[in-house]
Amino acid sequence: MREVGVVAFAQSDCLAANRGDDMADILAPVIAEAVASLGIERSDIDFFCSGSHDFHEGRTFAYIESLDSVGAWPPISESHVEMDAAWAVNEAWSWLQLGEGDVALVYGIGRGSLATDPDQVSHTLLDPYYLAPLHPHRHAIAGLQAQALLAAGVTTEAALAQVVARSLAAALGNPHAQRSGSHAVHDLLAQPYVASPLRAHDAAPLGDAAAVLVLAAGDRARELAARAGRRPAWIRAMDHRMATHYPGSRDLTRLETVEVAAQRATRMAGFAPADVDVAELHTEYSHAEPMLVQALGLPVGTTLNPSGGPLAGNPTTATGLIRLGEAADRIADGSARRALAHATSGPALQHNMVSLLEGEE
Amino acid sequence: MSRHERIAVVGVGQSQQAKQRQTSIAGLVRESVDAALADAGLGFGDIDAVVLSKTPDLFDGVMQPELYLADAMGAVNLPVTRVFTGGSVGGHAAIYAAHLVQAGLAERVLVVAYSKESEGDFTWALSRPLPFHVSLGAGAGGHFSPVIREYIHRSGAPEHIGWQVAVNHRLNATRNPLAHVQMPDITVEKVRDSPMLWDPVRFLESCPTSDGSAAVVVTGEDEADRISAGTGRPPAWVHGMAWRTETGHFAGRDEVNPQAGADAAADAYAQAGITRPADELDLAELYIPFSWYEPIWLENIGIAGIGHGWRMVDDGRTAFDGDLPVNPSGGVLSGNPTGATGLVRFAEAAQQVRGLAGGHQVDGARRAVGHAMGGASQFHAIWVVGAERP
Repeated sequence: MREVGVVAFAQSDCLAANRGDDMADILAPVIAEAVASLGIERSDIDFFCSGSHDFHEGRTFAYIESLDSVGAWPPISESHVEMDAAWAVNEAWSWLQLGEGDVALVYGIGRGSLATDPDQVSHTLLDPYYLAPLHPHRHAIAGLQAQALLAAGVTTEAALAQVVARSLAAALGNPHAQRSGSHAVHDLLAQPYVASPLRAHDAAPLGDAAAVLVLAAGDRARELAARAGRRPAWIRAMDHRMATHYPGSRDLTRLETVEVAAQRATRMAGFAPADVDVAELHTEYSHAEPMLVQALGLPVGTTLNPSGGPLAGNPTTATGLIRLGEAADRIADGSARRALAHATSGPALQHNMVSLLEGEE
Repeated sequence: MSRHERIAVVGVGQSQQAKQRQTSIAGLVRESVDAALADAGLGFGDIDAVVLSKTPDLFDGVMQPELYLADAMGAVNLPVTRVFTGGSVGGHAAIYAAHLVQAGLAERVLVVAYSKESEGDFTWALSRPLPFHVSLGAGAGGHFSPVIREYIHRSGAPEHIGWQVAVNHRLNATRNPLAHVQMPDITVEKVRDSPMLWDPVRFLESCPTSDGSAAVVVTGEDEADRISAGTGRPPAWVHGMAWRTETGHFAGRDEVNPQAGADAAADAYAQAGITRPADELDLAELYIPFSWYEPIWLENIGIAGIGHGWRMVDDGRTAFDGDLPVNPSGGVLSGNPTGATGLVRFAEAAQQVRGLAGGHQVDGARRAVGHAMGGASQFHAIWVVGAERP
């Protein structure tokens, strides 16, 4: 594999609702910040890839508006996934393997705040004939999964509250976080359920933000990272796997797709999730954390979501991308030598991606 | 294509293009997936990545359909990527599949594409009211017709060119049992007399909205040789492929002859060693949703000189028995499952050079171009495929 690493990462503040800026206005300064940090021009970028979402945005071709921030002129080599932008990183990483260029820019923009009633949007993610007509509200399937975990003895309500308390406390150090604070577990447990055993704080909040990540290959990555005063975070492996769609036909307490992705990533990287210092996990619900820790085989000492994670800010379709950016930043700032980034998509963690990153020796 | 592993198409499957209310989305997709795998002599266990092509989710109302379709695509425990770049998406998906092979990340990639327009409202979805925009409810034709007028103005093309393209494509469709629109009795007069939708675009010069799916299997060279030895069916070799995007809205943009389309074609031809496309290609499958886009794209991708594309139509060169048939399958005018339309163009080009195009096989087709366009003509994807190993 060609050596490809993260050389820049920028994100806007995650707001519960940004009513002042449109999609391009949120994104443009973040692209400018990432590009400027490397001392390059936009024309030095060989490939662009993005993730965005028409349904969350409530309009067809939402992605075209975000492209206005790129300013695709003269014409560019470009692609887009209608998924979390972590998958756009995967496409850009694949593209850089071809050797047709050395620098790729990936962006994700999410505006979860736009829906008048998120419950009217979320169920369209499901099988349109058998599941969507049931109109489960947006936390319903997560609640079933969390309940199954309690029944299986994988976690407890108190442990979930501890995940929330730790995440929101960590987010006090993250200036981009939408939510942060010091919370006592017993106060959290006193809150009402939204989908038993989940409470409002167990769910990642909807929010608006953009994130931009620049990848570069080989010596070009070293050169650009040096200009930005950081170390490249080499992506040693990426793998993603899809599970069956139907929540009723899989074991909701086990993430086989994460296990498979982790095994394959381990073979590619030459080190395992258990060897990382920091893991940024796409925990849209608190109960995802114990499941992911188990499936990835993370030991007790691994630092989990030092950014606060999605429970502190969840700009849909940028959330997984931010995990990669935060993991890369921990390598860049020297607080980790190896890091893991996880991204997920779909009901009850149906689709999962595992990336293993490493700093220079 | 000298720098990378050779890429081939070894399996192609397509559903009927029609309004298919009796079939679920998953059933529609599975039809093409099964056919493509059968063509390649492969099973689900042989596939190691899936790329899904689909136009906007709002067209048929399923958000992130790769999730719902995981089972129908046989994708459980596989990496699945859902690409979306407007109507060009099928082309982008095929090229991304080729990149996965060339990057060494997969050996056999299944590309799947579909749309189920009968379960949504395409023109509504393309006409959503937006803040600070006048809501016209004009759909795609409302966008493209001023561009067509500008083409006619610049080129001086006579008005019957659009009618003739519509006749050519609909007659081609009678050779293709999968095509949605079957009008064996179509004439230039009937097109001329059909209702005006978006001046100068008439009803019979417009694409339908269709349900349909398509799937192809893409591999590297060794796999292609092994698979075609087993099936006895030749691969289509990819001689060149490229994608380009340009910004949709700014004053200096020329939507009649978009730079991104010209750049993509020039890149693909350079990879394929093509210097005289009109002479070196045997046919073209182009993304032509409205009849006038035949001369527009012939010029944009360098098959005709600027201002001369309409003459190729007028001289009969692009008809089925011409020297460079365009859309022998019947094209987008005869069937338009938008999410699949781009991949169908790529797949039809491949079937022609494999000699497997059936009733619409062009005699002696050795090299063909598949082309897909999206958005306001801002997304372009193209590949050149051939019967010969590049």
